[in-house]
Amino acid sequence: MRLFEYQAKQLFQEAGLAIPKGAVARTPEAAAAAAEGMGRCVVKAQVHVGGRGKAGFIKLADSPAQAAEHARAMLGASLKGYTVHQVLVEQALDIAAEYYLGAILDRDGKQIILMLSRMGGMEIEEVAATSPDQLLRLAPDVWSGPLDFQLQQMVFRAGLDTRVFRPVTAAARSVWSLFQRYDASLVEINPLVVTGSGEVIAADGKFETDDNALYRHPELEPFQELVEEDPLEAEARKRGLNYVRLGGDIGIMANGAGLAMNTMDVVAAHGGKPANFLDVSGGARAEAVRDALDVILQDKNVKGVFINIFGGITRGDEVAKGIVEGVNMLGVRLPIVVRMAGTREAEGRAILQEAKLTPANSAADGAEKIIALIGGKGA
Amino acid sequence: MGILLTKDTRLIVQAITGREGSFQTQTMIEYGTNVVGGVTPGRGGQSVHGLPVFNTIEEAVKQVGANASVGFIPAPGAADGIMEAAAAGLELIVCITDRMPVLDTLRAYHYVKQHGGRLIGPNCPGVTVPGVGKAGIMPGNIFRPGSVGLISRSGTLTYEVVNLLTRAGLGQSACVGIGGDPIVGTSFKDVLQLFNDDPETNVIVLLGEVGGAAEEGAAEWIAAEGKKPVVSFISGRTAPEGKRMGHAGAIISGNRGTPKAKVAAFTAAGVPVAETIEDIPGLVKKQLGG
Repeated sequence: MRLFEYQAKQLFQEAGLAIPKGAVARTPEAAAAAAEGMGRCVVKAQVHVGGRGKAGFIKLADSPAQAAEHARAMLGASLKGYTVHQVLVEQALDIAAEYYLGAILDRDGKQIILMLSRMGGMEIEEVAATSPDQLLRLAPDVWSGPLDFQLQQMVFRAGLDTRVFRPVTAAARSVWSLFQRYDASLVEINPLVVTGSGEVIAADGKFETDDNALYRHPELEPFQELVEEDPLEAEARKRGLNYVRLGGDIGIMANGAGLAMNTMDVVAAHGGKPANFLDVSGGARAEAVRDALDVILQDKNVKGVFINIFGGITRGDEVAKGIVEGVNMLGVRLPIVVRMAGTREAEGRAILQEAKLTPANSAADGAEKIIALIGGKGA
Repeated sequence: MGILLTKDTRLIVQAITGREGSFQTQTMIEYGTNVVGGVTPGRGGQSVHGLPVFNTIEEAVKQVGANASVGFIPAPGAADGIMEAAAAGLELIVCITDRMPVLDTLRAYHYVKQHGGRLIGPNCPGVTVPGVGKAGIMPGNIFRPGSVGLISRSGTLTYEVVNLLTRAGLGQSACVGIGGDPIVGTSFKDVLQLFNDDPETNVIVLLGEVGGAAEEGAAEWIAAEGKKPVVSFISGRTAPEGKRMGHAGAIISGNRGTPKAKVAAFTAAGVPVAETIEDIPGLVKKQLGG
């Protein structure tokens, strides 16, 4: 789960990090009220994508009226497909230096890496590519965490203003603790600002948490409700299905994530447009098939469905019965092509044929059949 | 012979009394695996499919000489189960459990490493060695003994490929599902090394997918150390950026984890990339012939 900047900052503040004075606003009027008494302030759109500054979604304002004006322009507008529903109005900072501080899960190295750089305020990937010696990395023991001297060493090696080594070391410790406490996969403070008076402030924040660990973080639930999510994807998640909307007109169902990905690849390779990715696990029992079909068909762009099942331990005839029952429960009228392989697939195919579902003998064959049934590639 | 599972493997099932654990224990026994018992805390003294159930792995080691485990423990307790197995000295720990918190896996991985064990998974279908046995949930009936070694991040797609290979007369030396999570105990590179050293394996099939950089790492390893021909495949070529495709690890983040980068890496390493899974048996035969 990705948190909004203001949510990330809430967690930073709880961990003892200083954040700018500010408030979230959902209307221009609320933005004006938030800006009252701030003097110079910055209005920041709250969306889950980068590049806000360049796109005009972060703007300075010198009065509440101007803050309201910026908020009016941003609210309801969209950036890279994400609609802005909230803005963060913050007091502008007197910036003396901008650093980068972050922690990320390193999949291949099987570790968590803390990163610090004196080159803050720009994309860290760019720093890593152009000035790798300016990006300090520390991979602490995953059980004991970073030792104080390791953090200090990183701070001094990074060549920061030595007057702020204590608060920056403390900030690095906080980032590590937050990562552990909330089962994060990414925590980033960019920039970590040093003000003219020597204060260290988290001026921007990114925070991503592990969906698999949400069960032990009820405190993050209020954050989840505000996350912009496709309504169908949300419903599928509630039913325990892995569903991703892709925007085409051929509904896809397969058992297993790898097989589902491959199915959409094959459909696309034959000129079709997959409407979705859907992994129906649980051996393709009737209820699971019904739930999956129900979700797929709620997407009104769908003109036909391609079901691709490999019956491993589950027998092909049982899988076929499940599919037929699932289809009947919903009274589906759209064309459905089923490709089934594995044990007892011949028996399974007979059951499908009897139920007037179109059997296919390979993923490619199924892709061709469903494309023909919905009227060709022209869609 | 084969890799990971041998005639000397004495396998126990963690959470053997659960629905999935009990069902899969039966399929493992039917496949001829040397399953010597199971563990469920508090259910010691009972039996499942005629096998003794123990309260702790320590007891299973003492009483039936267990040296490997396959686990079906629900996600919240799975890391602890992995570490219990490592502390008891098991050499091979296969974790089938899906939806494990990544930081749990990370800590368990390092614990296992310190204890000298090997973790496979989580979120994986396990290991099958035709003619020897299986530690996991793969359907045994699709396999035939042979010389093709398979490594994969997915489950059913792997079964499909095994089925295609078997139908084409190409048996398998072993099939290892390394799991679809961002952090897995055993990586592509580790299994490639095992196949490299295995006299039974003549050719390797590697099934990758979008997300992460494990395929790129594997390609580099093959170019530097690989002694046997490899055929690869990448699924999720049409996956959109920023969306998790079922597997927690199958997500393209910006320009990281793209299918293009993976295909390019394999091509640069001289590894053919199959366009469709149906092309895999033909490419395998070509590699064996050349």
